[in-house]
Amino acid sequence: MSEEFKIEIVNPEKSFLVKEDVLETVVPAFEGEMGILKDHISIISFLKPGIIKIFSKSGDENYYVEDGIVEFKNNNLSILTSYIFNVANLDKSKKENLLKKAEEEAGKTDISDQSKYLADQKVQVLRLIN
Amino acid sequence: MASLDDLKKRIASVKSTQKITKAMKMVAAAKLRRAQESAENGRPYSEKMNNVILNLSSGISDKENAPKLLSGTGNDRVHLCVVMTSDRGLCGGFNSNIIKKAKSYFSKIVSEGKELKIITVGSKGNDQLKRMYGDKIIENVSFKDSKNTNYFDADKVGKIIIDKFENSQFDICTIFYNQFKNVITQIPQAQQIIPMNTKDSKDKTSEESYEFEPDEDEILSNLLPKNISTQIFKAMLENSASEQGSRMSAMDNATRNAGEMVDKLTIQYNRSRQAAITKELIEIISGAESL
Repeated sequence: MSEEFKIEIVNPEKSFLVKEDVLETVVPAFEGEMGILKDHISIISFLKPGIIKIFSKSGDENYYVEDGIVEFKNNNLSILTSYIFNVANLDKSKKENLLKKAEEEAGKTDISDQSKYLADQKVQVLRLIN
Repeated sequence: MASLDDLKKRIASVKSTQKITKAMKMVAAAKLRRAQESAENGRPYSEKMNNVILNLSSGISDKENAPKLLSGTGNDRVHLCVVMTSDRGLCGGFNSNIIKKAKSYFSKIVSEGKELKIITVGSKGNDQLKRMYGDKIIENVSFKDSKNTNYFDADKVGKIIIDKFENSQFDICTIFYNQFKNVITQIPQAQQIIPMNTKDSKDKTSEESYEFEPDEDEILSNLLPKNISTQIFKAMLENSASEQGSRMSAMDNATRNAGEMVDKLTIQYNRSRQAAITKELIEIISGAESL
């Protein structure tokens, strides 16, 4: 029996990525990282800033996302996100730019706890890949 | 009658106008293809988003405490209308059609004694509504600087709306835009986005039960603001495709009209030239005869 399932990542502008041979995906769900294998129960959750790791037969890929929704159903994983980058395509200056912005945001004092949490997450993730 | 010289000048000027309209048509056609493509590419996102929300809202346990973005504030006293138009003119009836639709809705609301608030997106709509509803316009957004329709612009508009909703400045929000059907037909639309209209697609909801993490309410309250931006973005994409389509057909008409006009003027020019020649000949002949 094959252990593969399909992943589809869409952003508002287009269908960002479609892959049929995915073995495992790790998504940064709001309440912690979540690994998804084939025949996972149907689930809806949303994302915090982090890295989506896709392990597939045709190679592993990492994507940086800032927000989004995951839906898994009938071995179809759909991820809707408005902000996504392939980590391999991010160059140094862009990363630094993102980090700077995130740090600025996290430094603000007049934001709600939730957005503060998200901003902190962003900084952490960006520091990690920098 | 106009002199030969005047006619010549007019023909030249109409011809150069024709050149401009022809060029604009070409540009619009090229842009239309791109706009159409991005409108099609943007569809999966908004469809999926809609699906997820439908699944969520059908699974929500406590209807009473559902997020206000979904269920509304409970009354319908203040209406917010977001009128989305283009930033540029010369696109036929594109803007006027939206405005017409919006105005009829406005007068309905006002006659019902409800309060009206308007946000205009795009400067053309603002120009046209300013005269009649100037005091009702609370905000005007324009994206003249951004080349393509992008999600971040839509998100900005979405955030403005959500902000106002959270400060309970309105109860019901409707957006006005042109839906792109084909190059000749664009249909002005009024779509209610707050509270969300879940009625028409209820039968599509799947029976499948989902696991939610965190719980439904929290996901919904996170998702619904995003959905507003997505809807706005969808409207913007449809609008930009419609704008280019409408401009293309308007410019096509203008080019054709200019061509007809050139033909007419040329005939007139030739006739008056011939008349002048005949007149001179008659003068010469009758002069010679009298000798």
